[in-house]
Amino acid sequence: MLGSGVIVFREVLEAALVITILLAATRGLSRRNLWIGGGAAAGATGAVIVAIFANGIAGAFAGTGQEMFNAAVLLTAVLMLAWHNIWMSAHARDMAASLRNVGAGVSSGELPLYFLSVAAGLAVLREGSEVVLFLYGIAASGSKSMELLSGSLLGLGGGVAVGALLYFGLLRIPTGLLFRVTGWMILLLASGMAASAAGYLSQAGILPSYPPLWNTSDILSERSITGQLLHIMVGYQARPSVIALAFYLVTLTLIASGMRMVGRERKAVGVTS
Amino acid sequence: MILRHGLFAVLLFLASTAAMAEVPVFELIIENNRFQPETLAVPAGQKVKLRVINRDPGPEEFESYDLNREKIVTGNGEIMIYVGPLETGEYGFYGEFHQETAQGKLVAK
Repeated sequence: MLGSGVIVFREVLEAALVITILLAATRGLSRRNLWIGGGAAAGATGAVIVAIFANGIAGAFAGTGQEMFNAAVLLTAVLMLAWHNIWMSAHARDMAASLRNVGAGVSSGELPLYFLSVAAGLAVLREGSEVVLFLYGIAASGSKSMELLSGSLLGLGGGVAVGALLYFGLLRIPTGLLFRVTGWMILLLASGMAASAAGYLSQAGILPSYPPLWNTSDILSERSITGQLLHIMVGYQARPSVIALAFYLVTLTLIASGMRMVGRERKAVGVTS
Repeated sequence: MILRHGLFAVLLFLASTAAMAEVPVFELIIENNRFQPETLAVPAGQKVKLRVINRDPGPEEFESYDLNREKIVTGNGEIMIYVGPLETGEYGFYGEFHQETAQGKLVAK
């Protein structure tokens, strides 16, 4: 029972943390729950569909369909998060200002929330399809299935609980700082996703595989809870390849300079709120 | 747009050269939630392909932190995974959905 709980927990955790950070990053926006929740619900539906067609997906691209699918999902999410962050660096100050005026919510029309909708949906889609397949396997195996199922529910609850903890932790950050903090979190999240995408492309044989640059699995294993949390939040890999590292750094640099450029432009124009 | 087409062409080219290259294939079979063989010898210093065949009705996830690989194998399905080139040594892998029994390692020589 514990085993199945741990598996589901690991899969749910990533999606839960991504959604948590997105929710904190859009604090005070009207209808943001609808956008992000709707994205997540669409992702869950998509996860079931992906699980049903898992065989067909795996067979595509000469047997590398699963890797291509994962890489495409991750890289699309990276684009969405990058766009959000760059947009935010132009508007964060206005938003923080209007948040301080009690009752003056920012309308969602001002922030293109569909980017976050897609990002939330993709996070659920990727992890969710594995949960669905795993649960299907439990259902198919019979005997111990009730026990495994209750373990899975525990895992699901655990993942959501960790997400909730992070969310309420983030809400303690003063409004003026909140968007800067979530901006940095999303930046690292996106960079880590890009590095994971590189891993899938190597696995598919599209990018070459090299021995890892270093190995810190003795110090901090990716299988440990801390290691996994760091993997999700900042892209920690115990044995990164040079390609994963390059994807990480290029993504980090591109988004950060995009944010800086837009932020600076805005200052130069002299827009203050 | 041009950039995207260019990138796609490059990916396609890389994919086709990767497919054309002569890569030795090694088989792993999953049966009763165990790998057969549990220890698989592969040549070091060259890229190899693992063909993982799942004879169980339920799905399994082939996962290895040592190899940095993870891939779902559907029930009665099979997958191909590119691995390496590896340095000589042992690389553990396991089936994430049945970790108590599904354990194995690659030995690169």
